[in-house]
Amino acid sequence: MTTIASPKYRERLAYQAMLLGGVCYLVSMLLIGGKLSTEQLIEQHIINDQLMMLEQVLPADSYNNNPLTEATLIEFPEYFKEPVKILPAKTGNQLSGAALIATTPGWGGDMQFIVGLDELGTVQGVRVISHKETPGLADKIELSKDQWILSFNGKSLGNTSKIQWAVEKDGGEFDQFTGATITPRALVNGVYDTLQVYQTWRNQGTETMGTLTTETATRGESSQ
Amino acid sequence: MSDSNPGQYSRIFRDGLWDNNVAIAQMLALCPLLAVTTTATNGLGMGIASLLVLLISNTVVSMIRGIITPQIRIPVIIVLIASVVTLVDMAINAWLHPLYKVLGLFIALIVTNCAIFGRAESFAAKNPVLPSIADALAMGIGFTWVLVAVGAVREILGSGTLFAHASLLLGQQFAWLEMTVIPNYTGPLLPLLPPGAFMAFGFIIAIKRLIDRKVAALKNTAPSNPGLLQKT
Repeated sequence: MTTIASPKYRERLAYQAMLLGGVCYLVSMLLIGGKLSTEQLIEQHIINDQLMMLEQVLPADSYNNNPLTEATLIEFPEYFKEPVKILPAKTGNQLSGAALIATTPGWGGDMQFIVGLDELGTVQGVRVISHKETPGLADKIELSKDQWILSFNGKSLGNTSKIQWAVEKDGGEFDQFTGATITPRALVNGVYDTLQVYQTWRNQGTETMGTLTTETATRGESSQ
Repeated sequence: MSDSNPGQYSRIFRDGLWDNNVAIAQMLALCPLLAVTTTATNGLGMGIASLLVLLISNTVVSMIRGIITPQIRIPVIIVLIASVVTLVDMAINAWLHPLYKVLGLFIALIVTNCAIFGRAESFAAKNPVLPSIADALAMGIGFTWVLVAVGAVREILGSGTLFAHASLLLGQQFAWLEMTVIPNYTGPLLPLLPPGAFMAFGFIIAIKRLIDRKVAALKNTAPSNPGLLQKT
């Protein structure tokens, strides 16, 4: 045991206060340095992760804008407790679809998922971004564990009725997992709600777009 | 305590790996232990991250032990550990991003791992740098093997695999680690749930106690029974 005989000045309050302050100062400097040197890289990683997620649910050739930078958060209290993030996909100035990120309660906690839709609201792909469901039982909602999530592809409000938007147990078209009904049921309902959100949002959007097109149309006429 | 003691390092490693193991002897750090060990891979990742933080914190605390007075030792150690964890978290996020996606949540939780503070306070604050590094290695490896053991038991019984997704954590060259012990396994879910963690951990502690008892019994009977000693 090395107990170094400590000099008298160390017993003073001022020495200890200075020492603690000094340590905090040094540590803060280190943290600032660490933050500055990693910040940009981390931001880039987050953007890449989101892009990768987007590529999985929206075909890359269906848009030529950057949906990430045009994303808006909109509240739809009748469908979701938390605001829905809408990433519009556009070809030129024409809306060609959208990706919607929403949160819905599952069995173990909130599940965040992304739904890619074409212009008419047909599902291009669904992925679960984060969830707290039971591993080994309800985590089949992840593509790495099961193909189930692909069963949403091609579904829309038009080709699948409200009754069919449910798990088989409830008379719908989607499989449930053995031993786990709540998770798939929550996700099926969640995706159904995002389709309705998209419809509402697009109807609002096309109204403004409609006025735009009439404006250009009248301008075209007057120039003739 | 100085380097003149030749048995010191073997003692440190014996303590860390078995006798005074963070998890199965001191019963510390159970929160990360029970939470992350649904697979052996997760256990290994958490173990490595803890080992890294333990190594840095023990080294730093041991280096400054001469100028820190007992009155402010605890706040200084806490500030140091919290910053080391934050820095490690940022570094892994920036430079080892795939690993961060697997372990991200747990790295920030290392700060709540009382074993790190325990080693800094009870060993590094009183010992020179080299023994402190040895202690960090021993305790870290000791913690890691228990994490991997609990994870392996739960993974085999719960999903029938071993070291699943290990290549995500360690890189493609470790894909051979991923094993399917029981193909098409549909066993009970319990081992993967929190109660299963307690059970698996409980059995490992029980096994350790049994072994310790056997060893102690052998030692006790050995001197009084030289015949047995010669046989073994």
